[in-house]
Amino acid sequence: MLTFTIRRLVLAIPTLLFISLVIFLLLELAPGDPMAQVPLTVPPEVKERMREALGLGEPVHIRFVKWLIQFFWIEPQVLIDNLFGTSLSEGKLRVLSWQTRSPVMDIVVQRMPQTLWVVGMSYILGVLIALPIGIYSAYKQYSIFDQVGTFISMIGFSVPTFFTGVLLIVIFSVNLGWFPSIYDTTHKVTDWDSLVFQFRQMAMPVFVLALYNAAQISRFMRASMLDNLNQDYVRTARAKGLGEKVVVLVHVLRNSMIPVVTVIALGVPHVFGGAIITEQVFKVNGLGQLLIGAIEANDLPMVQTLTFIFALLIVLFNLIADVLYGVLDPRIRYD
Amino acid sequence: MTEPTQKIAPGSGGATPAGALTDPIPVAPPRSQWRDVWDQFKHHKGAMLGGIIFLLIVLLVFVGPLLWPYDATYIDIRSRNQGPSFAHPLGTDQLGRDTLARMMAGGQTSVSVGITAMLLALFLGSLVGVLAGFFKRLDGLLMRMTDLFLALPLLPLLLVMVLLFRDPLNAAFGPETGIFILIVVAIGVTSWMPTARIVRGDVLALKEREFVLAARSIGTTNTKMITRHILPNVLSPIMVSATLGIANAIITESALSFLGLGFPPDFPTWGRLLFDATDYLQQYPERVFWPGVAISLTVLSVNYLGDGLRDALDPRIRGR
Amino acid sequence: MKLKSLMLGAVAMAGLAPAAFAERGADGHVNIIYWQAPSILNPYLSSGTKDLESSSLVLEPLGRYDQNGALVPYLAESIPTVENGGVSADLTSITWKLKPGLKWSDGSALTSEDVKFTAEYCMHPEGGCAQLAKFQGVSSIDVIDELTVKVNFSEAKPNPYGPFMGAQSPILQKAQFENCTGPRAPECTSANFGPIGTGPFAVTEFKPNDVISMVANPNYRDPAKPAFATLTFKGGGDATAAGRAVLETGEFDYAWNLQLAPDVIAKMLEGGKGKTVVGFGSLVERIEMNMTDPSPSLPEGERSTAKHPHPMLSDVRVRKALSMAIDRELLVEIGYGQAGRPTCNLVPAPAMYASDNTDCFKQDIAGAKALLDEAGWKVGAGGIREKDGVKLSLLYQTSTNAVRQDFQALIKQWWSEIGVQTELRNISGSVFFGGDPGSPDTFQKFYADVEMYANNFDGTDPEAYLAQHTCEKAPKPEAQWQGENINRFCDPAYDAMVAELGRTGELSKRGEIAKKLNEMLTKDSYVVVPLVDRGRVSAHSNTLGGVVLNTWDSELWNAADWYRIK
Repeated sequence: MLTFTIRRLVLAIPTLLFISLVIFLLLELAPGDPMAQVPLTVPPEVKERMREALGLGEPVHIRFVKWLIQFFWIEPQVLIDNLFGTSLSEGKLRVLSWQTRSPVMDIVVQRMPQTLWVVGMSYILGVLIALPIGIYSAYKQYSIFDQVGTFISMIGFSVPTFFTGVLLIVIFSVNLGWFPSIYDTTHKVTDWDSLVFQFRQMAMPVFVLALYNAAQISRFMRASMLDNLNQDYVRTARAKGLGEKVVVLVHVLRNSMIPVVTVIALGVPHVFGGAIITEQVFKVNGLGQLLIGAIEANDLPMVQTLTFIFALLIVLFNLIADVLYGVLDPRIRYD
Repeated sequence: MTEPTQKIAPGSGGATPAGALTDPIPVAPPRSQWRDVWDQFKHHKGAMLGGIIFLLIVLLVFVGPLLWPYDATYIDIRSRNQGPSFAHPLGTDQLGRDTLARMMAGGQTSVSVGITAMLLALFLGSLVGVLAGFFKRLDGLLMRMTDLFLALPLLPLLLVMVLLFRDPLNAAFGPETGIFILIVVAIGVTSWMPTARIVRGDVLALKEREFVLAARSIGTTNTKMITRHILPNVLSPIMVSATLGIANAIITESALSFLGLGFPPDFPTWGRLLFDATDYLQQYPERVFWPGVAISLTVLSVNYLGDGLRDALDPRIRGR
Repeated sequence: MKLKSLMLGAVAMAGLAPAAFAERGADGHVNIIYWQAPSILNPYLSSGTKDLESSSLVLEPLGRYDQNGALVPYLAESIPTVENGGVSADLTSITWKLKPGLKWSDGSALTSEDVKFTAEYCMHPEGGCAQLAKFQGVSSIDVIDELTVKVNFSEAKPNPYGPFMGAQSPILQKAQFENCTGPRAPECTSANFGPIGTGPFAVTEFKPNDVISMVANPNYRDPAKPAFATLTFKGGGDATAAGRAVLETGEFDYAWNLQLAPDVIAKMLEGGKGKTVVGFGSLVERIEMNMTDPSPSLPEGERSTAKHPHPMLSDVRVRKALSMAIDRELLVEIGYGQAGRPTCNLVPAPAMYASDNTDCFKQDIAGAKALLDEAGWKVGAGGIREKDGVKLSLLYQTSTNAVRQDFQALIKQWWSEIGVQTELRNISGSVFFGGDPGSPDTFQKFYADVEMYANNFDGTDPEAYLAQHTCEKAPKPEAQWQGENINRFCDPAYDAMVAELGRTGELSKRGEIAKKLNEMLTKDSYVVVPLVDRGRVSAHSNTLGGVVLNTWDSELWNAADWYRIK
C-alpha cells in the first residue's frame, strides 16, 4: 500500500499540471471580459488600456507559464517568508487578482476561517447525522423511522438551498428575530458571549448545508447497508453467536463503508470550495462566494488559482479514498 | 447468483417470515427471471405507489396542457397576482400567467430534462466506474480523467459548451430540440463523476469476492461477468445516484436557464418557477409551494421506484 | 472588542455632555450594505459603482454634484465658472482654489501638489486608469501656489468639469501613492485597500469583496462631523437580502440600489423598520434596434455590420410600429413602481437637456397595425406578418434580470398582437456586457434584431453620451467589436450636429442642440426606443437621519451629515 501511495503521489504531479493547463485553456476559451462590470459610461479606448494594464495583451502561453512560476515558485516562498520571517519573495510578482489588484493567496487565506467554520462544520455535522440514520434505516427497512427519514432526505436534496436558505431567513430572522440574516465576517471569538454570537450566526447556514449533505450521504449509507445485511457472512457471524451490535456495527458496517467513503471523500474538497449558493444567501463571503464573484467578474487569475487548489484537494482526497478501500477491504490490492 | 432458488433467508431484524425454513422444495420448472422481478416489484408497496405517482405526474404534464384552456406564456395583465380561483386553481403570477398551465409546461421540460440527463450521467458514470474498477489497466487513466472532470469549474465549462455547440445544434435540430440536447448533454457530462467513483469503489471490492472467482473458474467471459455478476451487485448505489441525479438535473437546468444558457426566458421550468418565486416567498407562499412539491414528489417517486427495482432485482430478497 | 468599547465610549460621551450634541462620533456605529461587494478602494483602478461609492466615504473630489445635479464645492472653495473668472473666457483652462487648512486623515496638509499628482497618476500611459476619460483633453496641470491649481486643456472645453469633479475623480494623497504610478499601481496593495483621504471616514480594515471597517476621520474639516464613530460597509448577496436586512430585520441602516419588483419592496416596507428613498438620474432602460442584418446565414465578419442593412428594421415604419405597441406605463407599474417613470427620451434629465416629447406614452396597437400594413407587411399564416415570403420575426435579447425577463414577456405579447413573432433570449450579464470579441452574445456584437439594456451618463452633461451614436463609433470586426454606437445608426446630419455641440459653450444653445440630437435618435427615427426612466431606490432605517439620495454622484456623498435619530 505504501508503494502504491508513493507511486500515486508522484503520478499526481503530471496529472495536476495537466489539469491546470486544461483549466487555463478552458477559462481562456470561455466568453467573458474582466471589463464586464465596468459601467457603460467608460469609453472603449479606456477599457482597452485597462485590459493592457492587466497583462491581457500577452499571448496565452506566456501568461500560463507566468502563472505556473508565480503559483509554484513564488507563492511557496511567500509562505516560507511568513512562517520563518525570511525575505525570499521580496519584490517578486505574486499571482494578482484582476478585481482587487492584490495577491490572490492573501484573500484566500482571509476567506478560510468563515468557510471552514460554516461549511466545514456543516459537513462534519452532516456526516455525523447521516451515518447513524443510514445505518438504522437500513437495519429497520420500511419501518416508520425509515419512511420518515427517506421522506425528509428526499426533500433535503430536491429542494435547492437557494430556497431553504431564504425560507429560514424569513422564519428565523424576519419573523422570530432569533438569528442574524447577515453573517459578520469581522466578528472575533474572544469570550463566551462572542462564542454564542458566533453559533447564532452560523446556525442557519450550517443547518441548510448539513441537511443537504446528510440527505445525500444517508441514502448511500442505507443502500450499502441493505446490500450487505443479507450477505452470507452476516448469517455466519450471527451463527457464531456474535451479538447483534457487533454484527451490524462491525461486520456489516465495515463492508458497507466503501461507497460511503467515496462519497465523503468526494465532498471534502467541496468544503474548501465553499458552498456557493448558501454563502451567497447568508452573506458568509467565504471561498465559494469568492469563486463565483471571480467568475462573474472574469477575474481569471483568481478563478485559475482557486480551481487549481480545488483540483489539488480532489486528487488528494480521491487518493485517500483509494487507500481507505484497501484498509476497509484488505482483498482490494492495487499492485 | 442469477437463478432464483428458495434460499433460506437469514433472520435479520424480523424482516423474514418465520415460515421460511419450512417452505417446500420447489418442483415446478423455474419461471422467467423478469416475471419474478415483476412479481416482487408488484408486492413492493412503496414502489407501486411511487410508480403510480410518477405516471400521474407524467400524464399531467404531458396530457394536461392539451386539455387546459390557458397557454403557459399567455399574459393577462389584468388578472395578475391572483390567488386560487375557479378559473385559475393555482392562481396567477406577477404577469397574470396561469400558474397551473406554467406548472404543467414546466413539468414537461423538467421531467424530460431530469430523466434524460440522469440516465446519461448514470450511463457514463457506470460505464467509467465498471471499466475502471474491473480492468486494472484502464483504472489509472479513467480515474485521472474523473479527477480532471471533477476539478473543472462548472460555469466556464458550460459557457464554453454553449459557445461551441449552441449554433451548430440549433442549425441541425432546430432551436428547441437543439437546446434540449445541449442542456441534457451539459448536465450529463458534468455530473457523472461521483457515480463513476462510487461504482468503481464497489467493483474493486466485488471482483475479489468468491463468487467472481467461482464464475471466472468456470470460464465466464468479461462481458458476461460484468453484466451478470458485477452490475447487479452495484445496482443499489446506482439507484441512489439516480434519485440524486434527477433532483440535481432539475435544479441545474434552472441554473443554466438563469445564466442564459438554457431555454428562452419565457419558457417555464420547475426550477425556474421556484427560483422566480423565492423573492415572493412572503407575499405569495403558494408560488414556491407548487414547484417545490412537484420536484420533491418526482424525486420521491423515482426513489421508491428505484428501491422497488433494486429489491426486485436482488434474488436474495426476492420471494420474501 | 475595540468596536464595542468605542461605542460604549461614544455613548458615555453623549451621556456626559448632552449640550455638545453635535459632537464627532457621538452616534456610535452605522451599518451600510451594498449587494455588490467592493473589490478595491482606489477608484482609479476600478470604476465599478461599488468601488466608487465605498471609496467616496474616504476620498473626496474638489467638487461634487448634489441631488439636483448642481455643482457644489467640497475641497475647493468655490466652483470655478466663466463668470467668477475660474474658467478662462476661451474655455481652455480652469483654476481651482482649495479651502485653506484642509488635512488628510493622517494629519498632513492637503496641497495643490496632491491635486496635480492625482492627474499624473491617472494620466500615466501604463497605469490603465479607469477614469482616463475624465482627464481627456487635459494638456497640463500648473501648480500656482499651495492652494491653487490650474488645469489646461489642449482645446476649448465647453464642459471643463471632468477632472477632480464627482466620485470618479477624487484627490489621492501624493505621499501615499508616489511610488505607485504606472505599472506599479497594482503592487501597492495596502494603499489601494486603505487610501488616506480627506473624507469623513478612514479605513481601519478592508476585506476585499467582503467588508470594510471604518472609523471617523479625526482630522475631518468640520469638527462636529461625522456623527458616527465607526462604520461597517458590508458587501455581497443580492438586492432582496439587502432590502430585508434594512427594512425587515433592521440589522443594517442603509441599503443601496434595491432593484426589486415594486410589490416585493412594498411587502418589505410592512416590516416597519425603515423607508425607501428614490432619486432620478439619467439612467434609461431602452430597446435598441439593430440597423444591420444579424442573420446567422451571413459569413462571420459580415453579420451585424454596415455591409448588410437590416431586412425589416431598416424601415422606420416597422421601428415606429414596434414602439407604438408598447405600453410604457404598464411596464413601469410592473417592473419599477415608484422607481421608474415612462419616457420617450434618451436624455431624460437634467431639465435643460431633456426634450418634452411624450408622444410614446399612449399604447396604440391599431395604429401600429396600420403602419405595418402601410409598410407592406401583410398578416400571413398563424397571424404573423409576411412580406415577399419573409416572416416578421425578431430575436430579442437582454441580460439576465428578473424585471428584464418580465419586460421581454410583456413586449413579446404586445408585438404578437400586431403580428410580429419574437424569440426571446437572455444572457448572463458578465457575458452580455463583457466586450469579449470571441463571444457571440455581447451587446456590442448585437447578433440579434433588438436588445434591451440601460445606460446613463456621468455627471450632468450629455455631450459624450450623444456622441456615441456617430457613424464611426459603430462596433465592427476590424475594431474588435468595440464601439458605443450599438445600433449602427449612421446619419451625416447627426454627426455634423454632434460636432457643433462640441464647439458650443453657451448653455442654452447646448441644451437646444442636445434636445435635437435626442429627438433624431428617438421620435424621428426610432432607432432607440426608450422605455423607462429608471430611478434609484435605496433604503435606510427609521433611525438614520440626514440621508439625501443623490443619483448624480456617489450615494454616500453626504455621509458626513448622517446622524442617529433618537
